[in-house]
Amino acid sequence: MFFCEHMGCVVAVYVFLFVSVFLAVLPLGEANAQASSEPGTPGLERPKPEVSDVRLGYIRAYAPQLALSVLDVPPRDEGVAGATVAISDNNTTGRFLGQKFSLDVVEVKPDSDVLAVLDAMAGKGISTILADLSAGQLLALADAAKAKGIIVFNVGATDDRLREEDCRANVFHTAPTRSMLADGLAQYLIWKQWRRWALIYGSHERDRLFADALRRAAERFGGEIVAEKEFADTGTARRTDSGVVQIQRQMPVFTQGLAEHDVLLVADESEVFGTYVPFRTWQPRPVAGTAGLMPSAWHPASEQWGGTQIQNRFLKATGRRMLSKDMSAWTAARIIGEAATRTRSADPKEIAGFIRSEDFSIAAFKGQKLTFRQWNWQLRQLVFIGDGRSVVSTSPQEGFLHQFSELDTLGIDRPETKCVLK
Amino acid sequence: MQKRPTSVAIMLATVFCGGLLGTRPAEAFMAYVSNEKDNTITVVDTASGTVVKTLPVGQRPRGITISHDGKFIYLCASDDDTIEVIDTETLQIVDTLPSGPDPELFVLSPDGKTLYVANEDDNLVTVIDIESRDVLAEIPVGVEPEGMGISPDGKTMVNTSETTNMAHFIDTDSHEITHNVLVDSRPRFAEFKPDGSEVWVSAEIGGTVSVIDNASREVKHKITFEIAGLRSEAIQPVGVRITADGKKAYVALGPANRVAVVDTATYKVEKYVLVGQRVWQLAFTPDQKTIISTNGVSNDITFIDVASDEPVQSVTVGAMPWGVVVSPK
Repeated sequence: MFFCEHMGCVVAVYVFLFVSVFLAVLPLGEANAQASSEPGTPGLERPKPEVSDVRLGYIRAYAPQLALSVLDVPPRDEGVAGATVAISDNNTTGRFLGQKFSLDVVEVKPDSDVLAVLDAMAGKGISTILADLSAGQLLALADAAKAKGIIVFNVGATDDRLREEDCRANVFHTAPTRSMLADGLAQYLIWKQWRRWALIYGSHERDRLFADALRRAAERFGGEIVAEKEFADTGTARRTDSGVVQIQRQMPVFTQGLAEHDVLLVADESEVFGTYVPFRTWQPRPVAGTAGLMPSAWHPASEQWGGTQIQNRFLKATGRRMLSKDMSAWTAARIIGEAATRTRSADPKEIAGFIRSEDFSIAAFKGQKLTFRQWNWQLRQLVFIGDGRSVVSTSPQEGFLHQFSELDTLGIDRPETKCVLK
Repeated sequence: MQKRPTSVAIMLATVFCGGLLGTRPAEAFMAYVSNEKDNTITVVDTASGTVVKTLPVGQRPRGITISHDGKFIYLCASDDDTIEVIDTETLQIVDTLPSGPDPELFVLSPDGKTLYVANEDDNLVTVIDIESRDVLAEIPVGVEPEGMGISPDGKTMVNTSETTNMAHFIDTDSHEITHNVLVDSRPRFAEFKPDGSEVWVSAEIGGTVSVIDNASREVKHKITFEIAGLRSEAIQPVGVRITADGKKAYVALGPANRVAVVDTATYKVEKYVLVGQRVWQLAFTPDQKTIISTNGVSNDITFIDVASDEPVQSVTVGAMPWGVVVSPK
């Protein structure tokens, strides 16, 4: 579920290159500020505090996306819905402190220019931007935002390079990286003693990046990749009237001849073949990666650690289940809310300073407090391991130890980082 | 995976303390344990430490309390959106109360007439008159209300909201919030000192207990916990109980599998008592000689001797024990 960018970002370079950025402002643009009813007067014995505004922006690269299974087509408001629920949570709290939170949502085409949006948001007094953009767009946004004193939360891009060689001092990442996700999955497979892996990967860049993350995880945790094979995207319609007849015959042939393995790993973020792998392999083997058993930042069926409460709240507000990107966006908007509450301030400098402090933490239904890696502003978090229906496990797995935080067994750790924050 | 390092320790402790000190609770009380996962209540005889009966109740039983005369148990059946009333004589469900959606935890007024319920899903505290079964008020509070405490004089109720991270002080006459006190992340429980001078609020994710001065309504002290060999993330305070003489507090530390014993004068942790896995709620026996912990992951409860602060005995109950209450009789 976490591979949500699908086709859009890669394909849509053509016509829209220089086209205007403002595509649509969703109706949810201005999130409901004040909670619905307010019979009591909170803070009776104190003077009613003046209301201060905390304005958040949300920039999202959007194009309609296809998926091999229609069940995997991302909802129209993916990510944005999570931020909207968090704004509503922040306002329930803000009621007691005289703080009002709002969210301006702007959509752009994948890989189009985002600087005009940034200027418009800065003009409205927005000092925090949640970004669900490609890596290139995010870097352009971050560099231009720096001069304006605006901080950016990356809620969508899983690219490791944004936390490594291309890290930025004004970008916080609530989305996990590909390496964190791959490590989470690898730890579970090792815990299961399923150590021999065959890897099939797609031919697009992000498929290769996830395959790289899986190879790294194998080396790190003692898995062995016994065979590899690329599934080239030769151009195929995602659905046809003739259905599954051909796939049922093709996939066994494609997976024939792979060396003896325990698990077949799939890296297909681009939705070209991955969904077709489980139950169609030459040998009867479990499938994991972007299909079968998948690592993710959130699972729509997680009810652990108070998860039921956010799931219910999200369902009530949106009419659908909460996905990984919704959780990353919820967490980003809650981080701002938490910092505003704790500092009792709407001042962007104070808020950013508090988030950067060593003792900042956020509760996000993941069983322990989540903190930022100070060296690249990646949010530490556990990884859900699940299939389409339920949570199978959460990583880090028992026994993967770390001298500082077990969550740092997931992803690129401090001694290996290439990040120099500027 | 099903390693249970604690059970051996507890068995040893049981043999040791039970034999050596003879600290088994002498008087017989009935403890009622709500088992979140298998929709039952386990009735345990505290003198013999044996399960007397297991009774089926509504779905996802969590918060549990008892009328002051010991005649009725009130139980939050969270997934049934109701509060069940159980007759302690017959152990039958005799009534339900209109709780509002997803009741998790509640507190009974000192006069036994009013029940204050936290409705997690609706950011509300519902006030119920038990006799007339009327909803007297719905008070909007912060996000995910859970902890509920009431002052000994019944005039002030404190609710904690888990995502807003506040203790809301509510005037029980006007049903209005008078103070909002910021505490650490995921506050889950509020407990007044018997003299009404302080409110102790646990923060599960924050890993602390905030001591709030009830006069100034400000945090006067923050209790932190440190256990050798355990990461701070594993220390997650939930249930808090203070002895009737106000001298000692017990804090259940969740996945740390321990109950902390705190001196209320110095706020220092005197001891960490190893119990079962994922300890959440606590209850004293009426004679204050024993405190019982619910250990969710190991499906048991542990009796702790209050005089020595040693774990005396563990008793297997239902699946994922959540709350516990002991009959005053």
